[in-house]
Amino acid sequence: MTTTTDAQIEQKSQGILKLERRRRITMGILFLAAAVFIWLVFASNVEPGMETRFMMNPGGGSAEAADWVFPSLAYLNMIAGILGLLGAFQIIRGFGKYTYGVLALVSILFIFGFLTWATAGGQTNLAGLLRVMVVRAVPLTLGAMSGILCERGGIINIAIEGMMLTSAFVSTVFASLSHSLIVGLLAGVLAGGLMGLIHGWLSIKHKINQIISGTVINIFATGITSFLSSKYIQKVEFQYLNEPGMFPQINVPILSEIPFIGPILFSHNMYVFAMFFFVIFLTFMLFKTRWGLRLRSVGEHPKAADTLGINVHRTQYMAVILGGLMAGFGGTYFSLGSSGRFDEVMTAGRGFIGLAAMIFGNWHPVGAMGAGLLFGFFDSLSAKASLLQVPLPSEFIGMAPYLATIIVLAGVIGRGHAPAAEGEPYEKE
Amino acid sequence: MEKTTENKKKSLSVFWDEFSSSNFLVILLAIFTGILLGGVLVAITTNEVYDAFRVSIWSGLGTALRTAWNTYVALFTGSVGDPEKIRLAFASGDQLAIRRAINPFFESLVQSTPYIFGGLAVALGFRAGLFNIGVEGQIFIGAATGVWAGYAIEGLPTIIHIPLAMLFGALGGALWGFIPGLLKAKTGAHEVITTIMMNYIAFRLVDWLLKFPMKDPNEFTPKTPWILETAKLPRLFDTPIRFHIGFFIAILMAVAVYYLLFKTTWGFELRMVGSNPNAARYAGVKITKTTILAMVLSGALAGMAGANEVLGVNYRLLPAFSSGYGFDSIALALLGKTHPLGVILSSLLFGFLRNGARSMQLAVGVPIDIVSILQAVILAFIAAPAIIRTIYRLREPKHKEDLVSLRSWKG
Repeated sequence: MTTTTDAQIEQKSQGILKLERRRRITMGILFLAAAVFIWLVFASNVEPGMETRFMMNPGGGSAEAADWVFPSLAYLNMIAGILGLLGAFQIIRGFGKYTYGVLALVSILFIFGFLTWATAGGQTNLAGLLRVMVVRAVPLTLGAMSGILCERGGIINIAIEGMMLTSAFVSTVFASLSHSLIVGLLAGVLAGGLMGLIHGWLSIKHKINQIISGTVINIFATGITSFLSSKYIQKVEFQYLNEPGMFPQINVPILSEIPFIGPILFSHNMYVFAMFFFVIFLTFMLFKTRWGLRLRSVGEHPKAADTLGINVHRTQYMAVILGGLMAGFGGTYFSLGSSGRFDEVMTAGRGFIGLAAMIFGNWHPVGAMGAGLLFGFFDSLSAKASLLQVPLPSEFIGMAPYLATIIVLAGVIGRGHAPAAEGEPYEKE
Repeated sequence: MEKTTENKKKSLSVFWDEFSSSNFLVILLAIFTGILLGGVLVAITTNEVYDAFRVSIWSGLGTALRTAWNTYVALFTGSVGDPEKIRLAFASGDQLAIRRAINPFFESLVQSTPYIFGGLAVALGFRAGLFNIGVEGQIFIGAATGVWAGYAIEGLPTIIHIPLAMLFGALGGALWGFIPGLLKAKTGAHEVITTIMMNYIAFRLVDWLLKFPMKDPNEFTPKTPWILETAKLPRLFDTPIRFHIGFFIAILMAVAVYYLLFKTTWGFELRMVGSNPNAARYAGVKITKTTILAMVLSGALAGMAGANEVLGVNYRLLPAFSSGYGFDSIALALLGKTHPLGVILSSLLFGFLRNGARSMQLAVGVPIDIVSILQAVILAFIAAPAIIRTIYRLREPKHKEDLVSLRSWKG
């Protein structure tokens, strides 16, 4: 170990300041670029007299809301102006700890601008889009929270996909056999926890590289679920194993009656409410309790944590198992919350996108949900691309969240925001 | 060197010591154990085994063994060919019958070819400390650019058209590797995330290309036109054997990667960046350049896998043409210990397994996905040799074995 002199510390903190400054300016330029893009691409394509009409009922909802009609060009110019101001302020002064909040605001405004442009001279069902967005965000957010639990404890989890897939399969079979959704749910959650335990066993006990260990779990989960699926539950004589049923839609009293917001937020099956609950609960647990502090200390500086008497390996096992349980819960969404059956590889890469949502959301549950909603929105929009007024192929809309992830990862997050000791097996001295 | 008998005996025991603590034995045992567990899985998912267990425990065990044995026999004849059939065919002297009988063997080689390219791509990345999960996307892009060069560029002789089309495939993949490489080197954006994102972008981009600009106007469903005769990789035998020269190109690339990694300064620098970036930096290696180049080469190899498939097997590009070659390649590269020769061997192993599994599924009804399970189990054993060493009570290795050196998101 080398001794760190004051001069070195000084140098290091200057380096950090420089990095902070560069990140601040990059973010500001990103905001300005959004403003310029709206102004050049969207506003210049809109005729002065055009109107944008948003429908505010998702269809079939009990609450009624009038359509929202406004002049397209004026709104676009206004949005570009706001974004420009935000960008200028970010470059000159910076929003400090509110930066991520402002980033979310900028994203929302930019998307609103996009919709205004894409709907100019026609109409879009805004409420329907947002409702689907919330639903699509569920598996991504739950997957991201699984990642957060593991990674805050210093274990990289790229096995979210495999954990979710296993859980989707197990929950289907158990729910079908027991005719009880709750039994299926519990079985799925436990299956996810078991996969988390295996991930921990491989990467903590055997110190396999955590990315490799995750890859093993992903390949294994794909193999075993597809194997058992084509051997049994996709066959006609075993059809009874693939009829788990689905959690019913719940209309929250009073709240679901609110026009526009009610049908979007308060009239879903239990997974949406569970997502909101877990985001709040996990934020509280991670940042306001001793348990969370310990978990994060293990992820940041296991040696220091060990010195203070925290059992690092036990904490890490707990983190991966909890992460597995969370991924397991997210996995049951596919079978019990969205399709009511199991199909081979039905998670279709959502676990990986959940991982991206975790990074996009800066390892914070609220940020992860924001990212999940953003991805969910594009998911929901690409399904409706043909209804827009502009000739934009659905494939390109579908690409947007991935492009956004790359841009944000490269431009804003880059190095150094992940838990510091992540990926390194801890060895007690 | 002189050797007395005593010395020889000693050297033999030294050899055994080395062997039992070597990686090689672990790999063999890992494969063996994986196949054993696969047999167990087959046995416990077969109804007849349970029926036999109801009769007596011995008949149950016997049936279980027989089931596993039959499965692997079907796997073997599916991947190599039925020896009896081959003998009869050669005895009859009928050319077509002979070709049919030996077809499984060559079909396995055809199956192995994209694995070799893909495995090399992942292995090269690992050597530079980069985890290229984006091979699947790079394969898609390489297939798209390769097939375009195959049908759109007309009037070239075969000798130019084929290398050109392969080059286009390589360039497409290289571009798809370049972007994550650049971002990693310049901003520290971790390549695992960026390559996963690039995968999804590639899938959607190719979907769109197939639907619009590259669609064959004579077809209703999204497909590209057939490639020209001059772009087809020549086949070495008549139908039904699809074996083509792509296999030899793959071997050639493996030799090239070996030479590059172990016989050139640049390869040394690349491995140095992979195993100890700080040392590399102090030694004056340009990490930025090395990282970008490694990703570009890795992507190029993956792109060639895609081009190889469209130019040698399918002759056109269809949606969802790759059955997960990219993801399998990760396991193969690790199984081959990220060494080009190892990659060839592991690609052959899984090429034969996959091809055999297809006929096995038809013959005895065991789903092809068993290969993925074998892959995962073997990979786990190879990544954690301690498990194998404990099971078989092997010696501890003399020095620490690290499969790969990857860094976490921080970069």
